[in-house]
Amino acid sequence: MNTLAFSSVVYGISALAGFLGALTGLGGGVIVTPVLTLMLGVDLRFAMGATLISVIATSSGAAAAYVREGFTNVRVGMFLEIATTLGAIAGAHLTAVVPVSGLAVIFGLVLLYSAWQSAHPIPPQKEPRADPLAVHLKLDGAYPGAKGVVHYHVTRVKTGFSLMFSAGMLSGLLGIGSGAMKVIAMDQFMKIPFKVSTTTSNFMIGVTAAASAGIYLHRGYIEPGLAMPVMLGVLTGSLIGARILVGARPRLLRLVFAGVVGLLAFEMIYNGVTGGLK
Amino acid sequence: MTDERIEGIIGNLLRFGVFLAALVVLAGGFWYVAHAGWQPISYSHFHPSIRGVRAVASLPGPLALIQIGLLILIATPIVRVAFSLAGFALERDWMYVGFTLIVLSVLISSLVT
Repeated sequence: MNTLAFSSVVYGISALAGFLGALTGLGGGVIVTPVLTLMLGVDLRFAMGATLISVIATSSGAAAAYVREGFTNVRVGMFLEIATTLGAIAGAHLTAVVPVSGLAVIFGLVLLYSAWQSAHPIPPQKEPRADPLAVHLKLDGAYPGAKGVVHYHVTRVKTGFSLMFSAGMLSGLLGIGSGAMKVIAMDQFMKIPFKVSTTTSNFMIGVTAAASAGIYLHRGYIEPGLAMPVMLGVLTGSLIGARILVGARPRLLRLVFAGVVGLLAFEMIYNGVTGGLK
Repeated sequence: MTDERIEGIIGNLLRFGVFLAALVVLAGGFWYVAHAGWQPISYSHFHPSIRGVRAVASLPGPLALIQIGLLILIATPIVRVAFSLAGFALERDWMYVGFTLIVLSVLISSLVT
């Protein structure tokens, strides 16, 4: 394929992925890598590098909007970024050791989990009590609710911190944002309100990905010719997606998207196990 | 300076960084396609054309421009963390100055080493 055709195809696929990712709240990055490797035969490491770049773009773009709304808890984000950036660096270094087939299988498993999660939204949490460690770290926060400011407490700081290290590691290992895992750590374990968890997670994804990006650059995973259409495509798609539906996540679309992600997951695992990806 | 004001500045900074990066990458992309659009391309074998930050000088013009855009994008969250550092310092919140310094040094060490 010539460069013009290849760039156009990659741009189109990435725009569609970014659009669906924004509509379903799953993030577009997670499906770009498998599509690039499985359909266009791109080396997994190049695909991960290009996707990581698009993750920084969409996260920073979306975070700009969320920070203004006042939902993002900057202290929680900064404190947990210590864990995610260290994890990301560990994960990015691991890509040099883990064989591509292994990466493909891990990627497939993460995709499967994402598919399952997007089809089964997380139930809301009960109100927790104040946690001395969280109070000491000044993590408790407030956000603008329908009936004025809502104050909330943060709990299980140590568990959340360790989960964030794993989320960062997964992000560095696979070149993804691992937003789903960050949200679970904050919402399910630290009992942070869902809206605050999702926006703070978005805020953290860009910083986590930037930590991996340094290592990826040195290893040569970030090819400008490939990252260009992926970044521009995902950014275009996610901007359109965010404009069309702010907040609403149609159930049917979620299920269809979950199905697509599930299929990609099986394909990745199959190719990883049979050695189809080298 | 209040938290909201700092957050407002951070929001604008992120938006500007992404916009600037996208613009540079787009310009590089048009140049690249106009220059090499009819040449065959494949990424199926892992032969990196660039390793490290400084190697950008060794790339042909269009790809170098794209890479510069990508570097602006990677720098955006790092500059964001630096702004948070200044914000926490203005609030005299030394614990968070410490946390932010840790994050910043991890980010910079990953780019530099």
